[in-house]
Formats: sequence, structure tokens, C-alpha cells
Amino acid sequence: MKVLLVAEYRDGKVLGSISDLLGFAARTGADHAMFVVGSEAALPAYGGTLYLADAETYGEYRPAVHKQLLLAAIDKVKPDLVVFSHSSYGWDLAPRVACALGLAQVSEVVDYVDGTLVVPVCNAKLRRTVEIKTGGAVVTLQAGAFGGSEPETAAPSLERVAVETTDRVEFLGYEAAEAGGIDLSKAEVIVSAGRGIGKPENISLIADLAKAFGGEYGASRPVVDAEWAEHARQVGTTGQSVAPKLYIACGISGAIQHLAGMKKSDFIVAINTDRDAPIGDVADVLAVADLTKLVPVLIEKLTAS
Amino acid sequence: MKILVCIKQVPDMESKFKVAADSRWYDTADLAWRMNEYDEFAVEQAVLVKEQVGDADITVLSIGPDKVKETIKKALAMGCDRGVHIADDEVSSREPFQIAGMIAEYARDKNFDLILTGMQSQDRGSGQVGILVAELLDLPGVSTVVAFSLADGRLELRRELEGGVKARVATGLPAVVTCQLGLNNPRYPTLPNIMKAKKKELITVGVADVLKVEARQQTAKLYFPEKKGGGLILEGEPAEVADRLITILKEKTAVLA
Ligand SMILES: Cc1cc2nc3c(=O)[nH]c(=O)nc-3n(C[C@H](O)[C@H](O)[C@H](O)COP(=O)(O)OP(=O)(O)OC[C@H]3O[C@@H](n4cnc5c(N)ncnc54)[C@H](O)[C@@H]3O)c2cc1C
Repeated sequence: MKVLLVAEYRDGKVLGSISDLLGFAARTGADHAMFVVGSEAALPAYGGTLYLADAETYGEYRPAVHKQLLLAAIDKVKPDLVVFSHSSYGWDLAPRVACALGLAQVSEVVDYVDGTLVVPVCNAKLRRTVEIKTGGAVVTLQAGAFGGSEPETAAPSLERVAVETTDRVEFLGYEAAEAGGIDLSKAEVIVSAGRGIGKPENISLIADLAKAFGGEYGASRPVVDAEWAEHARQVGTTGQSVAPKLYIACGISGAIQHLAGMKKSDFIVAINTDRDAPIGDVADVLAVADLTKLVPVLIEKLTAS
Repeated sequence: MKILVCIKQVPDMESKFKVAADSRWYDTADLAWRMNEYDEFAVEQAVLVKEQVGDADITVLSIGPDKVKETIKKALAMGCDRGVHIADDEVSSREPFQIAGMIAEYARDKNFDLILTGMQSQDRGSGQVGILVAELLDLPGVSTVVAFSLADGRLELRRELEGGVKARVATGLPAVVTCQLGLNNPRYPTLPNIMKAKKKELITVGVADVLKVEARQQTAKLYFPEKKGGGLILEGEPAEVADRLITILKEKTAVLA
């Protein structure tokens, strides 16, 4: 089997997700090559053949341009699998490439067992194995699912990729993440509010519990999107990554994008009415309880002692 | 301006799921169903565009068994003008390329200026359908949009990247846009609008009329993952649970020392 790994490059840098790509290649035992629209000045740590399209010429991500470049590399490599990270780059580009090649696309692969791809269903409550009916496939990998491989040290051997192409989508520029006043990474205890708090008034309950521990409060994305908490408090892939001594998730289901931002915490407590909520997979303690009943009692006992 | 919004009906993610008898999907009996969360932002964006330009007509499309009409009606009550129900009892076995194929087949000769979808569904979560529709119709497609503005027939959008960074992009119409959480504030249908929605047109299209492509993959087996975390589960009266939790935190962490 041969796989083509699609690395990501943004604003002058190769992104760290290539460790997932290399981990997947190692797990499958496949021969591999890599593709990137990047720069010779910032090559990925990769010892194989790198199909390089020059970011100076082609600019930052535009879908049709990157699709044509990648198709040109695929034409040379003739891989069985084209492998992306399941990221804003991968989930945008992968379906376009699959469509052009007439191949199946399998999204957010979390495991590879006996030659079969495994993907999550329903917020990771379920999983499924996928049977591919086309001669090859395009896949995207869940962040972290195959990571942890040793970074390679050798330099790649370069093959240049060039095409004549345009795009109807224009790239205008990047907007940096909003800088907020709260640095959650310094807190030893973080108590986070999820949609399960039910109403904005209950933020104060979460804030009070955080205060009782001498910590800070954080939030899941729906709470931030609803403007019940400021963005600087959001934990997860599109917010902050934290690893406090204690993380208490209140009314948070445990979606992968939230877990990515907090699963390295030393000790995790979840308060949730749903015994099967995926947060239970990373929690050291799951209190199956209505947070509006349990949290006030906890605050009272903590402040009394 | 002609707008198409594509929506999916999904189960409540807090449901107690069961594996279906053929082990290929979850059992769809006894679940509470709702509009896919991401699609609520797509419907809201369509209605906002209509409010902005005035002269617009919104078609909302959903594929599935009869019960998806309930979700179409919610979109009509939010402000869409017409519903299209592609009647397909086998919807849960369809893969994203087939779903996109049906939507593209329906949309092909209708000259939509703007097609909106959610960026992914909450159950299958493939995140492919919107972009595949764009590719199949040869339209520009922009995914994961968190800010949307339309002026002089041009869209200026912000795509969400990782870590809170956004890419500002622009494209002309017609175009396909997939909507991310937080794009806008989806409205709640008001009672008068729910009543009005009952009188709106709801067209049914047979699956055979639009399904022209073969599946490129299928689910071999759906199952519950083995529980990895040997985490402790606490249940009972709040006071008792609180006491046990505090005891554990004193033993296992240094934060209450
Ligand atoms: C590209 C992308 C990026 C994302 N980035 C992030 C991110 O950075 N951070 C993030 O958090 N999410 C992110 N998300 C969203 C993520 O997928 C989930 O939608 C989100 O994390 C869900 O938040 P939640 O757990 O608060 O809400 P839900 O999933 O709705 O869960 C609510 C939970 O509360 C429980 N509950 C309800 N009532 C009570 C009660 N009274 N007492 C106790 N428990 C109760 C329920 O059982 C449920 O488990 C992202 C999604 C995408 C697609």
C-alpha cells in the first residue's frame, strides 16, 4: 500500500499535525510520500519524498489552486490513500480531491484495525467501521488519534509541483485570535460551564465554584457563542488549551474539540446528568447529577471548611 | 435572489442510543429528533440575507423519511418560503457523496444564487456534503464560515481555522457556504410564524428522481466503543455526592490542601 500524506503550511510554518500523518503511515506500514504547498525555507521534518508546491507562487490556502496542485502530485505518486488531518484545511480540501478522483472519502478516522478504518458517530458515543467500494480513498484523521510518533530528522528529497491555475475564492488575509484579559493557563483549578448550565444566570454558579477552589472559570463553545462568557474563557481547539491540576466540567458533553483543550489536566471531574456522556471517557470522577443541585451544595461545603 | 438551505434531522445527542438490528446504524426508534445544530445557523443566515436584500426566495431542503417534515416546518417557521422533502426511508444508509449527489441533482437547473448548509452533521459528522455540492455544481464553496457579509453580489466571509485564527476570504455569487457554530443567533420561531408556516408550500420529491450516483462506501459495523477510562461514577443525593467528591479531591489532588 502507498499513501500520500498532505501536510499543512500556514503563514510561513508547517503545522504540527504532520505527526498524526506520520503516525498513521507507521500504523498502516504503508510506503509514503508527502505533499505540501509550502516553502523550502520551512520544510517539514520528513525523510521521504516531498512534493513541494511553492507557497510564494500559489499563496495561502485557496481551494481550487490547492486541489489542482495536489491532483498533480497524486498523478505522480499514484497512492492508494490520500491522507489529511481532519482540520479546517483537511475537511475543506479532502472532499474536493475525492470528488475529482471519484473516490470515497472517510472523515475523522480514529483508528485502523485489520486494514479497516474506524470513525466516530454521535459525538463519539458510537463508532463504525467503513467498507470502501472504490479503488482507493481519501481520508482525514482526527487530531491526536495517530500522533506521538518520533519526529523525523532527515531532510526530504524534493520533487517540485507546478500547475497553471486560478481560483474564484480570493484570500484576503488572516485575523489573529481575539486577545482576552484572562489567561486560563495560569489557573491551578478550572471549573468550566457547558450548555448544560441551561441559562446565562447559572454562569455565576460556575464562577462561584471556581472561586471556592481559588481558580478560574472556563466555558465550552456554545456558552461562548451564546455570549454567556467571553471568548478568552473558551476551552478547546478553537479556544485555549489548558492543563490545570483540577478541571471540573459542568454540563459539558465532551466533544472531541473540547477534550482536545483539557484532557491533559491532572485530575478531571465531570458533573453531568447523562451517564453515557463522552466526557466520562476522560474523567477521573463522573458525578451523575444535575449541576444546578450539586454545585450549590459543593460551594457551601467548600466555603464552610 | 434564490437561496437554497440544506438541513438534516438528527437525534438529540443526549439520547440513549441502541445499535440497529443490522448493526449498520443506530436504531432510529424511540429517539427525540431535532434540526442539526449547524444547520440552524444556515437557516438563520438565509433569513438574514432575505431581510437584507428584500427580494429573495428561500427553499429549504431535507432528505429522509416522513418525519423530517417536522424539521422542514421549523425552518419554514424561522422564515424560509418553501420546503422540499426528498422522501428517502433509507437515508441513514446513504453516504455523503449520495446525499450531495441528490442535492446537486435537485439544484442543478434551478439557478440558486446561494446555497447554505451546516458545516457538518452532529450524528455522522463527515463535514463533506456542502463542499461536495459545490464541486458537483462547479460553484465556489467556502466551509466553516463564522462571519458573513454580502454586498454588490460579492460575499466576504471569515473561515474559522484552529486556535481562534480566521481567514478572510471573498467570492462572487453563485456560491456554496457551509456554516459553523456561532455564525449568527438562530431565532426561535414565534407562534404566529409557526401558524403561517403550516400554509407554506411543501413539495415532495421521490428519491429515484434525484439519486443518480452509487455509494462509494458503506458502514460495515456500528458499535459502542469499549469504555477506556476506569473513572469512578458517583451517584446519589447531592449532599452525599458532594462529600464523597471533596474526600476524593483531598486524597487525589493538592488543590484542597
Ligand atoms: C471545528 C470545530 C471547532 C470547535 N471548537 C470547540 C472548542 O474550542 N471548544 C468547545 O467546547 N467546543 C468546540 N466545538 C463544538 C463541539 O463540537 C461541541 O458542540 C461543544 O463542545 C458542545 O458543548 P457542550 O458540551 O457545552 O454542549 P452539549 O454537547 O450540548 O452538552 C451539554 C451537556 O450538558 C449535560 N447537561 C444538561 N443539563 C444538565 C444539568 N442540569 N446538569 C448536568 N449536566 C447537564 C448534557 O447531558 C450534555 O452532556 C467545535 C466544533 C467544531 C466543528
